[in-house]
Amino acid sequence: MRYLPLTPDDRSAMLAAIGAKSIDDLFVDVPDAARRAGFVDLPRVAGELEVERALGAMAAKNASAGSVPFFCGAGAYKHHVPATVDHVIQRSEFLTSYTPYQPEIAQGTLQYLYEFQTQVANLTGMPVANASLYDGSTAMAEGVLMATRVTRRNKAVVSGGVHPHYVRATETVVHAVGVETQVLPAAVDAEADVIAQIGPDTACVVVQTPNVFGTATDVSKIAEAAHAAGALLIVVVTEAVSMGLLKSPGEMGADIVAAEGQSIGNALNFGGPYVGLFATRDKLVRQMPGRLCGETVDADGTRGFVLTLSTREQHIRRDKATSNICTNSGLCTLAFTIHMSLLGETGLRKMALLNHEKALATRDALAAIPGVEVLTPRFFNEFAVRLPKPAAEVVEALAERGVLAGVPYSRLAPAAGMDDVLLVAATETTMDADIEILASALAKACA
Amino acid sequence: MSTMNTVGRPTTPNRVESKPATLTGGRGLLQNEHLIFEGDGWGKTGVDLPEPKTDGSDLGDLVRRDPIGLPGLSEPETMRHYVRLSQKNHAIDLAIYPLGSCTMKHNPRLNEKMARLPGFSDIHPLQPTSTVQGALELMDTLAHWLKTLTGMPAVALSPKAGAHGELCGLMTIRAAHEASGQHEQRRKVLVPTSAHGTNPATAAFVGYTVVEVAQTDDGRVDVADLASKLGDDVAAIMVTNPNTCGLFERDILEISRLTHEAGAYFYCDGANFNAIVGRVRPGDLGVDAMHINLHKTFSTPHGGGGPGAGPVVLSAALAPFAPAPWVVHDADGYRLIEREEDEAAQAFGRLCAFQGQMGMYTRALSYMMSHGSDGLRQVAEDAVLNANYIKARLSDVMSAAFPDGPCMHEALFDDEWLKGTDITTLDFAKAMIDEGFHPMTMYFPLVVHGAMLIEPTETESKQELDRFIHAMRALAEAAKAGDVDRFKGAPFHAPMKRLDETRAARTPVLRWTAPEGSNIAAE
Amino acid sequence: MHFSKDHEWVRLDGDVATVGITQYAADALGDVVFVETPDAGKVVTKGDGFAVVESVKAASDVYAPVSGEVIEGNAALASAPETVNADPEGEGWFAKIKVSDTSTDGLMDRAAYDAFLASL
Repeated sequence: MRYLPLTPDDRSAMLAAIGAKSIDDLFVDVPDAARRAGFVDLPRVAGELEVERALGAMAAKNASAGSVPFFCGAGAYKHHVPATVDHVIQRSEFLTSYTPYQPEIAQGTLQYLYEFQTQVANLTGMPVANASLYDGSTAMAEGVLMATRVTRRNKAVVSGGVHPHYVRATETVVHAVGVETQVLPAAVDAEADVIAQIGPDTACVVVQTPNVFGTATDVSKIAEAAHAAGALLIVVVTEAVSMGLLKSPGEMGADIVAAEGQSIGNALNFGGPYVGLFATRDKLVRQMPGRLCGETVDADGTRGFVLTLSTREQHIRRDKATSNICTNSGLCTLAFTIHMSLLGETGLRKMALLNHEKALATRDALAAIPGVEVLTPRFFNEFAVRLPKPAAEVVEALAERGVLAGVPYSRLAPAAGMDDVLLVAATETTMDADIEILASALAKACA
Repeated sequence: MSTMNTVGRPTTPNRVESKPATLTGGRGLLQNEHLIFEGDGWGKTGVDLPEPKTDGSDLGDLVRRDPIGLPGLSEPETMRHYVRLSQKNHAIDLAIYPLGSCTMKHNPRLNEKMARLPGFSDIHPLQPTSTVQGALELMDTLAHWLKTLTGMPAVALSPKAGAHGELCGLMTIRAAHEASGQHEQRRKVLVPTSAHGTNPATAAFVGYTVVEVAQTDDGRVDVADLASKLGDDVAAIMVTNPNTCGLFERDILEISRLTHEAGAYFYCDGANFNAIVGRVRPGDLGVDAMHINLHKTFSTPHGGGGPGAGPVVLSAALAPFAPAPWVVHDADGYRLIEREEDEAAQAFGRLCAFQGQMGMYTRALSYMMSHGSDGLRQVAEDAVLNANYIKARLSDVMSAAFPDGPCMHEALFDDEWLKGTDITTLDFAKAMIDEGFHPMTMYFPLVVHGAMLIEPTETESKQELDRFIHAMRALAEAAKAGDVDRFKGAPFHAPMKRLDETRAARTPVLRWTAPEGSNIAAE
Repeated sequence: MHFSKDHEWVRLDGDVATVGITQYAADALGDVVFVETPDAGKVVTKGDGFAVVESVKAASDVYAPVSGEVIEGNAALASAPETVNADPEGEGWFAKIKVSDTSTDGLMDRAAYDAFLASL
């Protein structure tokens, strides 16, 4: 088998060196009742060609975003990733290396993590960021838990504009430790209702901007209200590119930023692996979950980098850790760093403006369709429209005709009573021809 | 003859005794590289984009005005920057990476090719399921392989890493107890002293009190101690098998029997599944829930620390409580269950925004299909053989923590053999770096003093094992012969010398900051 | 001065106890990087964790050798945790506690603690 270097002669020689007669001698501790003589009932070894054919056949059954007019967003966005990114992350020293526990032979990883932390801190407008979490949704959950630790309060007020799957993933975890969540009703302008709900028992207020309906909001007033009540403001961002055009969460008063970094450097990948961005204020650093890379010097006084503040983490603090997280997002984090290095500020701002431009053009085209109402007044690259028919049906009908028209809100929250709402996203990859096809197909479907 | 060497170019080396330091600090092929923030990348970009037709003024005050603080580089500069960084990393593709408990096996490149097929990489998690039937088929196929290999009837695919899988397993168990009205009374989880830190961290995270179970002198769970601590106030036990000392828990059937009799569930940490895959099924050992690290047993790349994937196989009793989403295959094709209603009415919730780590499912399935059930059985056998070979060839110069009987896929040594040398496990590990090897896992498990846990995996050739063994033996002899400086000052030949971790923790500097008075960065 | 078998020390002056960790504990921890001292007003019970001391690779709970109410945590340790290594039984004190009970039952004197260390 091509991945197994030992030959039968090797195995005999090694068994002899061990003093065992057969490999079964080494499995002597396995109870008889659990021993299995033959092979498990699955196909046998297959060469590369066979595997390629089998998996290729499965891949061929999927409509890829790049092959059709594509307008899906709602937490995952199709952007163009430069070819360099994928080449670099496949270098052996990045692909096949491990967590940098031996820093002397892992400065490559450690240095890019330090660059990543700085990029994320600056992008989010915050003083400090960690070396990534799994994704934006688990970052939000970790943010809520951190806020309860810091404030010693037990309640999270969650805006109705936060992505329903993010809310559900957060509730699942925080309810287990007795943290209450007050989730406000979904609304295109849900942020307007938040301040009224802040009270003396509020640990944190969670708002998303741009929100799931695409609405971009200045949350500074919410920050003030939260701080006045002794609570933290957590800002969730599901489209990292938005921070290239919009005021940063840090500038608006966020205490914790929990964001999804997939848009930079990472493909859609059907939902994962993605990269969770997590940033906070300096004084809250010791409560931050996840790995942290710090600067130091070596025995010669040369600058180097190491993982640090590890005593917060599971392998040392065990049952008193800030989180149970061990792995970070590794290669996805590197992809983000490289793409961001290529873009630079100039490139990121331009890319963001292109996203906005395409979304405005899409909005204009859809607004012209009779029966279609644009709901989101101010947005970055995604907005909500109300259709004259259930959005899920329309999306299915358009999919059959080769158009991926967006995400029906009912897919995220069927009980919200917003079955006619469709979330439409456009990016720098959207072509004018795509917009025409979408508009024409949607007009037909809504007639 | 007319053609002669008229330019005087020499072809044999000169003999020079001295070794002058370089004039610029350069070191041959190894390049030093500053941070991207320290170059001249402010205002540059390496991406060509069309000019936008909007300036964002329709967004008024929402537009970000101040500099963000992100340098850019042209493509050649970017390539050089990251290639220079990469040269400072050790990797599996360079040499054996014997980290115990991490299963650093070869990362097949076919996996990378398959994961990058546009039909897998360029699909959105919320596209209509009718447009992604192949993706759902892949998830269902992976689920089938995992269930069959483990002998378990159900699997939750969505956890994003091993620790996330542990969280999933424990929350499923908690949901099961809540459903039977026993959660209030069952608030304890039993964890062996040798467990990986994620085990008690996870149990505490889910609201349980952790009670430690002792270990016997032969490195296994003390069954009598376990029995004495089991009761109707225990929700679950968390046991790793093979355990973190690299040993198979002989009494595993008794352990699971006692646990079930007490009305508790058996959570198995599957980090060491590589030792038994294809030969032993956790379902046959009485396991109720087990996470599988796809980045360990199933070769998805470690990538400098991630991404991982930690699907959890579940028993019939726990299956109804698995988190959304999951894939169902019926007469109409593949469906995705995303709501906690109808079939998923008892799901304990959702663990992440979307389906999980699809990119890792593709890679893992590519690996599994390549090996087949016969290849996977051979994987476990070669992994165990390689570890025992190392144990046998080093036990005379180093002290095996549990010398009696075979180990499984990893060999554990303690620092008893270093007594009197003034050399610690850490010093020894740093000297291994100078010899060209990544050190083994150090100081874990905590139950053994100065632990050295060596896991070669099955993808090491005998030649590489012998090379490793030779280096270890030479270092061991040097340690015992009093060659202290070699160890105390190590590493000397790595890209960096030993780093000051105390300083990094006392005065944390976690980001680059623009010098005073510059206007190039926001914070 | 009195000592607990978890390597904490107590210096009693009337009903005010100054507490910290011993030289043995400081040496075992290695370079101390962070100390979490209790806030004034916190009520502590003998034997319960009341502070945490962190080195690079370890975090240890520090158990209260006496019961009472915290008057003051040693704020200087926040900026100079290395004081715990330099002078653990003096300047590296963790907290001053107003004790509810001045008895030293269960604690060892210096000679007994030294003998205890020798037995480890």
